[in-house]
Amino acid sequence: MSTFVYMTRCDGCGHCVDICPSDIMHIDETIRRAVNIEPNFCWECYSCVKACPQNAIDVRGYADFAPMGHSVRVLREEEKGTISWKIKFRNGTVKNFVSPITTKPWGKHIPKLSEVEKPNQGEINSQILYSEPEGLNTKKELPTIDKNSFKKGVYY
Amino acid sequence: MPKNKTVYENCDILIIGGGMAGTGAVFEARHWGRDLKIVCVEKANIDRSGAVAQGLYAINCYMGMQWNENQPEDHVRYARNDLMGLVREDLGYDMARHVDSTVHMFDEWGLPMMRNKETGRYQREGKWQIMIHGESYKPIVAEAAKKSADKIYNRVMITHLLMDENEENRVGGAVGFNMRTGNYHVFKAKAVIVSAGGASHIFKPRAVGEGMGRTWYAPWSNGSAYALPIAVGAKMTQMENRIVLCRFKDGYGPVGAYFLHLKTYTQNANGENYEKKWYEQTKKLVGEYIDHHPTPTCLRNHAFIQEVMSGGGPIHMVTKEAFQDPHLETVGWENFLGMTVGQAVVWASQNIDPKYQNPELTTSEPYVMGSHATCSGAWVSGPEDLSPEEYFWGYNRMTTVDGLFGAGDTVGGSAHKFSSGSFTEGRLAAKAAVKYIKDHKAESINISDSQCENFREVIYKPLENYQVGRNEITAGTVSPSYILPIQGLQRLQKIMDEYVGGISFNYMTNENTLKKGLELLEWLQEDLENVGAEDYHQLMRAWELKHRTLTSQCVTEHTLFRKETRWPGYYYRGDHMKLDDENWHCLTVSRRDPKTGKFTMEKMPVYHIINEEKEAS
Repeated sequence: MSTFVYMTRCDGCGHCVDICPSDIMHIDETIRRAVNIEPNFCWECYSCVKACPQNAIDVRGYADFAPMGHSVRVLREEEKGTISWKIKFRNGTVKNFVSPITTKPWGKHIPKLSEVEKPNQGEINSQILYSEPEGLNTKKELPTIDKNSFKKGVYY
Repeated sequence: MPKNKTVYENCDILIIGGGMAGTGAVFEARHWGRDLKIVCVEKANIDRSGAVAQGLYAINCYMGMQWNENQPEDHVRYARNDLMGLVREDLGYDMARHVDSTVHMFDEWGLPMMRNKETGRYQREGKWQIMIHGESYKPIVAEAAKKSADKIYNRVMITHLLMDENEENRVGGAVGFNMRTGNYHVFKAKAVIVSAGGASHIFKPRAVGEGMGRTWYAPWSNGSAYALPIAVGAKMTQMENRIVLCRFKDGYGPVGAYFLHLKTYTQNANGENYEKKWYEQTKKLVGEYIDHHPTPTCLRNHAFIQEVMSGGGPIHMVTKEAFQDPHLETVGWENFLGMTVGQAVVWASQNIDPKYQNPELTTSEPYVMGSHATCSGAWVSGPEDLSPEEYFWGYNRMTTVDGLFGAGDTVGGSAHKFSSGSFTEGRLAAKAAVKYIKDHKAESINISDSQCENFREVIYKPLENYQVGRNEITAGTVSPSYILPIQGLQRLQKIMDEYVGGISFNYMTNENTLKKGLELLEWLQEDLENVGAEDYHQLMRAWELKHRTLTSQCVTEHTLFRKETRWPGYYYRGDHMKLDDENWHCLTVSRRDPKTGKFTMEKMPVYHIINEEKEAS
């Protein structure tokens, strides 16, 4: 599949241009709307479809293997924390799915590490990472192996 | 030629690539380096970049040490077994002992984890996998990186690393260009972490025409993970260990949840379990490895490929039983919608409802990566407390170039990291990079203006090639003076496909074809001096192609060096069809001399630091 843009819905805001991981959504200077300039580098990741405030971007299955007449539509609602999908088969069968996309208010529980407690003196030389060993939830130290137990390496 | 502005950035740690490994590196670097300037440069937009751009429905690497589900040594046994004995066990153990703390943070940050209703633990998909609603996995980790970084540059593609002119073999930064503004970017840094993507599109894909982008691994993963270190002479390992995936046909939808959670299984066109049929034949090739549990991924591929070649196809996934359960049916569909929407589109377009019809499977074209069931990448130092002397040179995850670190797809030998392990490896590399700077290993780095100016000229040359050559012809895409990036890409894919073990030859290659492949790749390299780019977007495609081609040369050299078939089902050396533990139970390591462009190969020892007992089941 590849993405395409509906002429009457796109207002040229450029959200899709901003997000596309493949850099293939561009604004056409003549029509001042978005266009997929390189469908053969589209991964159908739906990043642009999800980002479009006008729901102007849709997907048509790749011409080389997908018969026409199907659709997979998506609505990502960040404030509700959900994503909803509607799948329509060529034969008319319809399936709907809704999933959560986050369990917390956006970004609130992601720490700003420049503001958390500094690591203790000397910890830079240890093997532990931020939040460890407590963050492993094992109530134990970070596991290691006694190097003396190693057998000689095998070359051949 | 357009006049492009030069943008300078001086920083302490430069992280190249803001995917799972890169975001982990940016995050952790801030904890240890409070006073350091940390900069991340990303080819796309960090909110939706890398292999996890469209989401994931499972975290494939979680020990569950808190519930004693698995210990790091169990994971080493698992990865070693899956890769037919050859991994860097120190790196694997190191990743595994830290990965749980990474996953617990993701939970804390708001990534929706499914839980087992009876036990309250994370819902297991398989022994190592836990299930998530991961549509926003990438935006969540990107937020963590944004909070830690001093600056994130989006839409800048790094093309080259800068090397110190005072001390030999020491990195000093990187250069690239902004594909929107055209600006030239010079990043001077004390330490550099390469956390860029592995390589799709180096072998001809099964999809053609408009569908070419429907590769299994993201089309934007262009092998910068390898090309950047290779170009400056860093040693690489196991680059022959490309991966072939067994996936749902055309959409390459994942099969993990289907096999492990939905308990679906495969059969041939006659409804037979074909894997059993190929047991004796496989045993002749690999000996007792076929009796290992679980069966190594490549050997399951092998049975699939043999069955199809002998006329038993198509191979189907038997879904009709599992999909009668409405909950499992939902899992089956959401699994695609959460990470490979394209498969849902294929099924909708072809009226494939797995409740009533068993969908077809296929084996993909090969990919080169360091994070999945494969371990190509840079030869890096392990951690001090775990690594034998051949594997340790001061700083965890540092390549053989001083100050140049790797994480994720970049690091070779540490298979089965997946998303959580790649993020964890980024954290490990970042802490080591901070230590490297604090140990005063990055003093008085000298990057001359002339080094930067030279790269500037090299980077924009494809624009000039096009501008000059375009005037020679009336119109169209055929020029006697330049080739376009897409033309060069298709030539690369054809070479790799036909000579290095792609789909057209059922993954078969041998010494003669590999040598021919190397010759053709050399000519392609020469012709890439004449690649023509019409605009900055095509300039990005030109540099992606150059990175893919350098990666491909390294893959081909490694494939030529290893005179055995270690991973039947990933590729076959027709002239050495058997696994040969007597001569090849070792890691292959290459180095490309940056001055001559010639590769040298050597064998490095495998250390089995974890004993055999309690084999993972």
